[in-house]
Amino acid sequence: MMLYIVILFLFAAITLYFLLGGADFGAGIIELFTSTDNKHRTRKIMYQAIGPIWEANHMWLIITVVVLFVGFPVIYSEMCIYLHIPLLVMLLGVIARGTAFSFRNYDAIKDEKTQAFYTHIFVYSSFVTPLFLGIIAGSALSGQIDPKATDFVHAYIFSWFNWFSVSVGFFTVALCGFLAAIYIVGETEDVDEIKRYIRKAKIMNVAAVICGSLVFLASHFEHVHLANWIFGNPVSLVAVIAATISLSVLYLIISHRRNRQWIRVLAAFEVCMILISVGFSRFPRFVIFKDGSSMSLLAEHANSNSIDDLGIGLMVGSLFILPALGYLYYAFKKKER
Amino acid sequence: MDDFLAARSQMALSLGFHIIYSCIGMVMPVFMAISHYKWIKTQDPVYKNITIAWSKGVAIFFATGAVSGTMLSFELGLLWPGFMKHAGPIFGMPFSLEGVAFFIEAIALGLFLYGWNRLNNWVHWTAGIIVGVSGVASGILVVSANSWMNSPSGFDFVNGQYINIDPVKAMFNKAWFTESLHMIIAAFSATGFAVAGIHALMIYRKKNIAFHTKAFKIAIIFGAAAAILQPFSGDLSAKNAAKRQPAKLAAMEAYFHTREYAPLVIGGIPDTAAKKVNYGLEIPGLLSFLVHDNFKTPVNGLDKIPVKNQPPVAVTHYAFQIMVGIGVLMMLIGIIYFYELWKKKDLLSKPWFLKTFIWATPLGFIALEAGWTVTEVGRQPWIIQGVMRTSEAVTPMPGIQYSFYLFSFIYFTLSVAVIFLLKRQIQMVPELYDRKTA
Ligand code: HDD
Ligand code: HEM
Ligand code: HEM
Repeated sequence: MMLYIVILFLFAAITLYFLLGGADFGAGIIELFTSTDNKHRTRKIMYQAIGPIWEANHMWLIITVVVLFVGFPVIYSEMCIYLHIPLLVMLLGVIARGTAFSFRNYDAIKDEKTQAFYTHIFVYSSFVTPLFLGIIAGSALSGQIDPKATDFVHAYIFSWFNWFSVSVGFFTVALCGFLAAIYIVGETEDVDEIKRYIRKAKIMNVAAVICGSLVFLASHFEHVHLANWIFGNPVSLVAVIAATISLSVLYLIISHRRNRQWIRVLAAFEVCMILISVGFSRFPRFVIFKDGSSMSLLAEHANSNSIDDLGIGLMVGSLFILPALGYLYYAFKKKER
Repeated sequence: MDDFLAARSQMALSLGFHIIYSCIGMVMPVFMAISHYKWIKTQDPVYKNITIAWSKGVAIFFATGAVSGTMLSFELGLLWPGFMKHAGPIFGMPFSLEGVAFFIEAIALGLFLYGWNRLNNWVHWTAGIIVGVSGVASGILVVSANSWMNSPSGFDFVNGQYINIDPVKAMFNKAWFTESLHMIIAAFSATGFAVAGIHALMIYRKKNIAFHTKAFKIAIIFGAAAAILQPFSGDLSAKNAAKRQPAKLAAMEAYFHTREYAPLVIGGIPDTAAKKVNYGLEIPGLLSFLVHDNFKTPVNGLDKIPVKNQPPVAVTHYAFQIMVGIGVLMMLIGIIYFYELWKKKDLLSKPWFLKTFIWATPLGFIALEAGWTVTEVGRQPWIIQGVMRTSEAVTPMPGIQYSFYLFSFIYFTLSVAVIFLLKRQIQMVPELYDRKTA
């Protein structure tokens, strides 16, 4: 029972990291693809939107890691061994992004040159981090991890450097950009800005569809039965259909430029559905190996005492965290006095 | 460089880097909250300026602390998967709670930094306090995780299997209290002295005296008080270490031969091959006294420990000497400060006084790094004392040295960047905060 609660928290943390952290990465991605004359304005809105919360967003990643190593230590250590390199690159991205973002805002002297330097680091690392997050997720599921491999390249490179994982990476980047654009649409009042971000959201959405098709194409090359995963069980199927419907509704609302809060909810819903669809079809498998064996959340968990304590810790912790987080979001919705 | 050495160096480097930021991130919010409180009470704008200036520093340090901490939680697995596979569930309890504490800290910090002009003064102030309290709580928690590695408990190790796991017992192991206490005091003394030193330098240069004097006073009260307590807490730590890790204690003291009236060796160059210390100053009986509270009882030396279970003696000994030397020095400076304060002398106009603090700026952090070297190197060759060797824990992936070079480069760059930013903060004090603020 407690095991399921822990798993629920694990998936919730991953999803929230994807949604909130994703919007946060997306902000950088959008900045990367913004023409220079608009950069200044874009940056200001970004800062207003993500400044107060980016540090908290980042915590979902830490919760994910802690739940993994306390609750599922074998899965955690195997992933750390075979996906060492992409994890490392992602971490470098996290470091560069976090520090560049706060240095940019807290540097006491705001001269053009250093600001431009921080911005460079910020936008490129905003691109690299979700790319590698996607690659890691793709690799866990693609069945390319080969514990029997004897040479370096097969054991530590091809486990993640393959068409499927890399296209999942790009898909993730596009989704993050999409989330960020939608998030910001709900954040500003200025009609011109809203128009601009709606356009950006559409572009990112097109990018996501293209990358999504690439994922399907790649799954064919790499013998990942993606179609089978998604259409092979009712829950995943319903989730995918729900995602598609929510996207169409989203477009309807966008083109009539009505209720902007709903756009956010729908975008979040769409992404959740994609995650649920894939997550459910693979559950309880968390990492799949080349020989078809896999590591299951229901089998490779820690002893029951540790799981119980972890579950209680998470539940009690969320009693403190969720209201506090709610207050944080609420406090920044209010206008400055 | 072989992979094992590279992994150890990378771990040591990352922790040594993180510890500086996390200590500042833990203590600065407390200073900030005090100055904030004074501002709310006295409405003296200087205090408001100090609070704002410090909060910018905190934001920079927090970000660096947070990213380096995130690195660490991955590095534990990336470098030591053999360790995490078994230890994760056992010593994970403090880490999960720490996660909660961090989360609350991050939320409160968001409220604090962006809350000027948005929140009610007292709500705002409370947010600052919560940052400090949860920072200290995370410090205590993470150190209990480390103390479990020194004093493993909460499981039985039978035929290579870890059974009867009890994470709560593992958290409250025999070393957690002395280690956490010593660590928290160290964080306050090191940060207090560092902050006081920087403000002393500015007073010495006659810049913005009103601002820097008030800031100096807040920092030094904590720094000096902690520095005076530190040796007492260190004594508790040493007694505790002697019980659970005699090899570590013997290495710290470079104490090779078990005997009665065990001497305390001050300084000296340990010669491991010849099993003696050259040029050291020996005070007979003092080690026996410190460990057992009487001058006669023998203390176990390195001769009682099989060579393959002995830590590197020289490094541990030097690090310990550095820490204790600095600890005594800082205590003296602390005593002088309180004495002069009590005599109500006008200290801050005296150059010798300011110079002392300027010189003392880095001392606490040097002692802090030295102390960790004692704890961690003194635990070798074990990653879990008496249970698992560090060499059994390391990742099978080759090529770790490249990752070590990369990390060295990154940490070096980040350190330079942070120093650069701080310099600019201080440089801007006159412009931002010293106009006759209304
Ligand atoms: C400002 C820093 C600082 C100062 C002035 C001191 N220490 Fe320390 N010491 C630390 C900072 C530190 C530390 C870095 O925080 C350690 C590492 C692990 C820990 O819990 O604290 C530590 C560890 C540590 C240990 C090892 C504990 C263990 O392995 O469990 C001992 C025996 C002492 N200290 C003893 C002392 C004594 C006798 C001091 C007297 C002057 C002293 N320390 C001053
Ligand atoms: C922040 C303060 C800390 C510092 C400065 C520090 C320093 C070090 C050093 C110098 C080493 C290398 C020792 C050697 O290889 O000879 C080391 C190793 C290690 N430390 Fe710590 N440590 C700290 C706290 C912790 C904590 C809190 C944990 C875990 C909860 C931890 C886990 C480890 C591990 C797993 C190793 C690898 C084994 C080894 O190489 O010894 N350390 N640390
Ligand atoms: C004795 C050693 C350590 C102490 C005293 C310490 C303390 C702290 C503190 C106070 C913070 C808050 C950051 C700030 O306010 O700037 C922090 C951040 C962090 N630490 Fe450490 N830490 C230590 C070692 C470790 C180790 C070994 C790990 C991982 C295994 C770790 C993981 C983290 C993480 C993930 C964060 C970021 C949390 C955030 O985003 O707020 N720490 N640490």
